Amino acid sequence: MTTTATVPTADPAASAPPAARGRGRVALRRFAANRNALTGAVVLLLLFLLAFAGPYLTPWSHTDIDYSALREAPSADHWWGTNRIGQDVYAQVLHGLQKSLLIGLLTALTATVLASVVGACAGYFGGWTDRIMTFFIDLLLVFPAFLIIAIVSPRLRERGWIVFVGLLAVFGWMITARVVRSMTRSLKEREFVRAAQLMGVHPLRIIARHILPNVSSFLIVDATIAVGGAVMSETGLSYFGFGVQPPDVSLGTLIADGSDAALTYPWMFFFAAGLLVVFVLAVNFLGDGLRDALDPTSGHHRTRRRPRRKGTTHDRAAR
Amino acid sequence: MTAPPADAVTPARTAALAVRDLHVDFDGPEGPVPAVRGVDLTLNPGEVLGLVGESGSGKSTVALAAMGLLPRTARVRGSVLAGGTELLGAGEKALSRLRGSRVAMVFQDPLSALTPVHRIGDQIAEAVRVHQDVTREQARRRAVELLDLVGIPDPARRARAYPHEFSGGMRQRAVIAMAVANDPDVILADEPTTALDVTVQAQILDVLRTARRETGAALLLVSHDLGVIAGMADRVAVMYAGRVVESAPVDALFAAPRMPYTIGLLGAVPRPDTGGRPLTPVPGSPPDLRKLSGGCPFAPRCPLADDACGDEPALTGTGDDHDHLAACVKTPGPGLYPVPEIPPATAGAEAPRSERPAVLRVQGLAKTFPVFKGTAFRRRVGSVYAVDGIDLDIRRGETLGLVGESGSGKSTALMEILRLAAPEAGEVEILGRSAAGLTKRQAHALRGSVQIVFQDPMASLDPRMPVGEIVAEPLRAQGHGRADAAGRIPRLLELVGLEAAHADRFPHEFSGGQRQRIGIARALAVEPELLVLDEPVSALDVSVQAGVLNLLQRLKRELGLAYLFVSHDLAVVRHIADRVSVMYLGRTVESGPVEEVFARPRHPYTQALLSAVPVPDPSRERARERILLAGDPPSPAVRDEGCRFRGRCPLYAALGDAERSRCEGVRPAPRSLGGDQVAACHFAAG
Ligand code: SF4
Ligand code: SF4
Repeated sequence: MTTTATVPTADPAASAPPAARGRGRVALRRFAANRNALTGAVVLLLLFLLAFAGPYLTPWSHTDIDYSALREAPSADHWWGTNRIGQDVYAQVLHGLQKSLLIGLLTALTATVLASVVGACAGYFGGWTDRIMTFFIDLLLVFPAFLIIAIVSPRLRERGWIVFVGLLAVFGWMITARVVRSMTRSLKEREFVRAAQLMGVHPLRIIARHILPNVSSFLIVDATIAVGGAVMSETGLSYFGFGVQPPDVSLGTLIADGSDAALTYPWMFFFAAGLLVVFVLAVNFLGDGLRDALDPTSGHHRTRRRPRRKGTTHDRAAR
Repeated sequence: MTAPPADAVTPARTAALAVRDLHVDFDGPEGPVPAVRGVDLTLNPGEVLGLVGESGSGKSTVALAAMGLLPRTARVRGSVLAGGTELLGAGEKALSRLRGSRVAMVFQDPLSALTPVHRIGDQIAEAVRVHQDVTREQARRRAVELLDLVGIPDPARRARAYPHEFSGGMRQRAVIAMAVANDPDVILADEPTTALDVTVQAQILDVLRTARRETGAALLLVSHDLGVIAGMADRVAVMYAGRVVESAPVDALFAAPRMPYTIGLLGAVPRPDTGGRPLTPVPGSPPDLRKLSGGCPFAPRCPLADDACGDEPALTGTGDDHDHLAACVKTPGPGLYPVPEIPPATAGAEAPRSERPAVLRVQGLAKTFPVFKGTAFRRRVGSVYAVDGIDLDIRRGETLGLVGESGSGKSTALMEILRLAAPEAGEVEILGRSAAGLTKRQAHALRGSVQIVFQDPMASLDPRMPVGEIVAEPLRAQGHGRADAAGRIPRLLELVGLEAAHADRFPHEFSGGQRQRIGIARALAVEPELLVLDEPVSALDVSVQAGVLNLLQRLKRELGLAYLFVSHDLAVVRHIADRVSVMYLGRTVESGPVEEVFARPRHPYTQALLSAVPVPDPSRERARERILLAGDPPSPAVRDEGCRFRGRCPLYAALGDAERSRCEGVRPAPRSLGGDQVAACHFAAG
């Protein structure tokens, strides 16, 4: 034991931290090493590219009507065919994809952020904070969300789809928040949180650095489900005449319109439906990978299993 | 496996229990995981065989396998003969006939052996009726007799109680009563006292002795506690990595161990009777049984290991000594493990105690918890006096050991001190500043000077944070910049014996001892003056614990730290503390320099506590006189005007009426009894 007799003070030469890689960097590295996650991310990126760059490749816009081609099968002129009033399906689907991508991702993100902040604060601080927040959550839960959106959304139509995202998010976070709250309450009793408290770490910092990372697995799974859920709710609402309204389209409205013709004129249905499936799958892959990347214990077995089988013992022994 | 049976004298037929070449594998996600790899044991009639080992050594699995109690995922091979009857592979019906009548089992957790919905007496009577043809009434009477045998007061009434109405010690007594109900030939006791307090442990061990005397049964005592083994066993088998590595009569094993692992274990265990002896830790940690390479499993940690250890050595004796067997190809000499050097104290700490500044002073600290009843309308029906008068005094560079059994209020007291706010009653002074008058900012600054290390290193480290960030957290909380904090991490990790390169690993990638070192590094990051250590080594195995204790000692000397060391393990306290403070039911009952208190305890409770601590030395254990305390601590929900220890105090029992009334009516104040030693008892001899 030859360590010197002082508590180490900062050594300016060593202040560029070579070893102390932050959690973010570690997670990023693990994310990059996860094939599922990368696939998900790449597919999602391609979808965005398709949705926002794709429309420039065709002369048709989603509102144009080609009276000479009603219900036409895919051709050189109309790549994915036309619908019953002669609109170009390619242009429409891409436009709908834009909407659905944005609505799905933004709604899930907003709802999850809202849920985690409210849930974690209620669970962590307890007392009156908890009571007020829980009351608020319960109040929103008993509101008939569908009805309220139905009433409110026509009035806000001019503000566009972003308001719609807000509405969907506002009514979609409560159950998640309740779960986060109860998870926080049990995490709060854990020793590492108590240790942080006794070190004098600020409560909000504890929430950000200890509580939320430890509920992240749940949040991510929940958010990926919420993406699909948001697209579906939007479809439902649009079907009843709220939400996205013609001439604007979303994947949801397109699927609803095309579903009758799915067997007779499949192109009116399957392009939109297929893209929706690809979208939801990509989000799931991405979420799965993100969860593994953020959870240091999860990938452990998966990434190390192969060398271990071959009988490598030194990586443990070296520790 | 050509190892001769652990004891060649008794053939397997006549032995009370004979285990031969026992192998147990558990199904794992990545193939079978071995737990027991060829164990031979012979338990002679009426003998006590101690089976020692650290966690994961397979010792409990052996006992469970013998009883046929392993889960379905276990694959068992070999043979277990109980009085000539093969237990392995016997049908469930045959087994249940044998269980109880031939072989009985006492578990670590008595609750698992008792059905919560039946009365204790009925459960014992049931056990009697399964194996004996008696009437219900006779069985019930026998149950009461048995409860009396195991020392349960008022057995006829207690037989009608339910398990949850019993304390832990009482439940274990009931389980022992059930075990001896049918006069078994063999009792298997798997860590029977591990979950219990020291004074209760002494009671239970005594009951086990009584039970053995009454039934003449042989006892297989599985334990990790060398002291318990030394006091109970006739012969000892030491297990490591799923095999018996040494087996010998108890005296020979403790006096002249032959296997390097046993030598290391005995050198690493602190003793309550000799304080200053440095502990010699065994380097490394137990192997992962999935990854054994085929050689001696101890080789990675063994100072003697060389090429000759390439084959797994068999358990053999030397010359014509067939009693003392060891699985080692070498003959280790003395001084096998290097004795760690503890550096001398830094200059400031050498000054006489009274001249050193006080780091923590606590006087008359109290904390009560309200007790509520009712769900709709909660009303307060009473209070629990968890802490009811605690005095502490820690000077710079000093270690105060705070001892107390469960329920003594140790943890509550700690939390009250660490809250850095005005206590309910009494005074807390940290670094000369009263906690009562602190502003928020002052309290925050003071947090940097008082750091805590928790008991369970896994639970106290955020599993989602890399070690570097964990260690840097208190620095960041005290306002250090990110770069500054990061710059200190490598040296902090090296200070506690870890590698700087480990900073981006996660806690689960470390062993238990290493995790505790991370916890210590985190606590040291902000250069505290006082370190509160809450049972810092009680979750660790002996061979690892010694390393952490040595580290703490070295850090204290080098950095001039003061420790408040909370522990229920008196041997550890004796080893590391300079002064000791004993708590009973929320009150300090005795304090003083550790040598004096351990050599001459004055308070009757301290006397009983110290006499109950097992010493890992068979001859001393046999010669010791024990003061057995009656019963369990009373409920802390009653505020007692007099002495809270009264109900169990042997001194009180011997007093006359006039003197007793003092114990009953007057709360004993701490009295100085020569030198520094203080005891809170009216009648403690000066
Ligand atoms: S066989 Fe070799 S490695 Fe094993 S304990 Fe003996 S000397 Fe050590
Ligand atoms: S004050 Fe009385 S009851 Fe208390 S410890 Fe002393 S003798 Fe025993």
